[in-house]
Amino acid sequence: MQIRVTVNGTVHESDVEPRTLLVHYVREVLGLTGTNIGCDTSSCGACSLHLDGEAVKSCTVLAVQADGCEVTTIEGLATDGEMHPMQQAFMQNHALQCGYCTPGMVMAATSLLKENPNPTEAEVRIGLEGNLCRCTGYHNIVQAVLSAAGGQ
Amino acid sequence: MIPAAFDYVRAGSAEEAISLIGEHGEDAKFIAGGHSLLPLMKLRLAQPSVLVDIGRLSDLSYIRDAGDHIAIGAMTRHMDIEKSPVLAEHVPLLAHAAGHVGDPQVRHRGTIGGSIAHSDAASDLPATTLALGATYVAQGPNGTREIAAADFFQGFLTTALAADEMLTEIRVPKMNGAGWSFQKFNRRAQDWAIVGVAAWRRNGESGVGLVNMGSVPILATSVSSALASGASIADAAEQAAAEADPQNDLNASPEYRVHLAKVLVRRALEEASK
Repeated sequence: MQIRVTVNGTVHESDVEPRTLLVHYVREVLGLTGTNIGCDTSSCGACSLHLDGEAVKSCTVLAVQADGCEVTTIEGLATDGEMHPMQQAFMQNHALQCGYCTPGMVMAATSLLKENPNPTEAEVRIGLEGNLCRCTGYHNIVQAVLSAAGGQ
Repeated sequence: MIPAAFDYVRAGSAEEAISLIGEHGEDAKFIAGGHSLLPLMKLRLAQPSVLVDIGRLSDLSYIRDAGDHIAIGAMTRHMDIEKSPVLAEHVPLLAHAAGHVGDPQVRHRGTIGGSIAHSDAASDLPATTLALGATYVAQGPNGTREIAAADFFQGFLTTALAADEMLTEIRVPKMNGAGWSFQKFNRRAQDWAIVGVAAWRRNGESGVGLVNMGSVPILATSVSSALASGASIADAAEQAAAEADPQNDLNASPEYRVHLAKVLVRRALEEASK
């Protein structure tokens, strides 16, 4: 099926099988491998990206469902070589260890701040409930999101 | 994991969706947000030959004050229910429960209609709307009909919907100031409930719905009867599992689920009685 998706500001027209998952589309068709596949069962959040501005788990969305939509992946956050404030906050707060969950965490966190620009620590923790970090780095992740919220 | 191959068609209206599902027969399935169906398809526990996408029927995404009840379009997402001022005022139990479905990413995609039509007994909204005495509206080739929530859930992932009917609206009575509580016991933040309870109480009336206590969402009528006849909360909560038939799985034995249901119903009724 022919789809037309705007990914990180660029329009892509592709012919995909209906069963193609959005995460496979961005990784394998578009070559944007920053979006990771973790559990592949909509639990871990590693594959989070923005669909029309909201975080979704791209392992549980069909590429054909994104036809006509705007997608932002981790590669689309930086502007003119400058990291997004959330990416900077993750770096400054050492909010990652192995880094596998990080793209999903950053995408979920930016979506969270869009909906709740000044969250409490508890709201950040609840707001990131859909993202798992196996290095148990939640403390610094929460600090990073709070610092990004304060800086925005 | 990749689903088995299927054909995909997108419906432009409810009428077209119903006509498409009728045309493609029993192997066709509606897909809305896809957060119940796609996981099953990826595990190949479901292998529909055709998906009829109803996710873009934006005229079925609404929350309206309809006098004695709130009318919710089937394509309304969990996130929109969670954040609805109308529901916060008139059906706060439902708004609160919707905020406990999955996680934010799931709530951005999943719809109330999809959750109820899928009718997983472990999902939060089927049991919550059952407790609230909701009515579901189904549209088929010959028009619409209303189905009481109490008559809707017929067995494991099986509902009163005919193969060519689509759930279009959920009508939830206003709570009119009733006390309420939603209890969800799980081990990881975004998991399904091992046992969940949605309860409300107003004067002599009450409603108690149980999540994951059988093959269908359970209405704990014995608890409400006990309360109506003057039993204490502790005594009424002992009846929590009278209508239930809990399953055994990795998370809990049936005995443990019965115990949990009694504890959670007691906590829910105490909170709803404040």
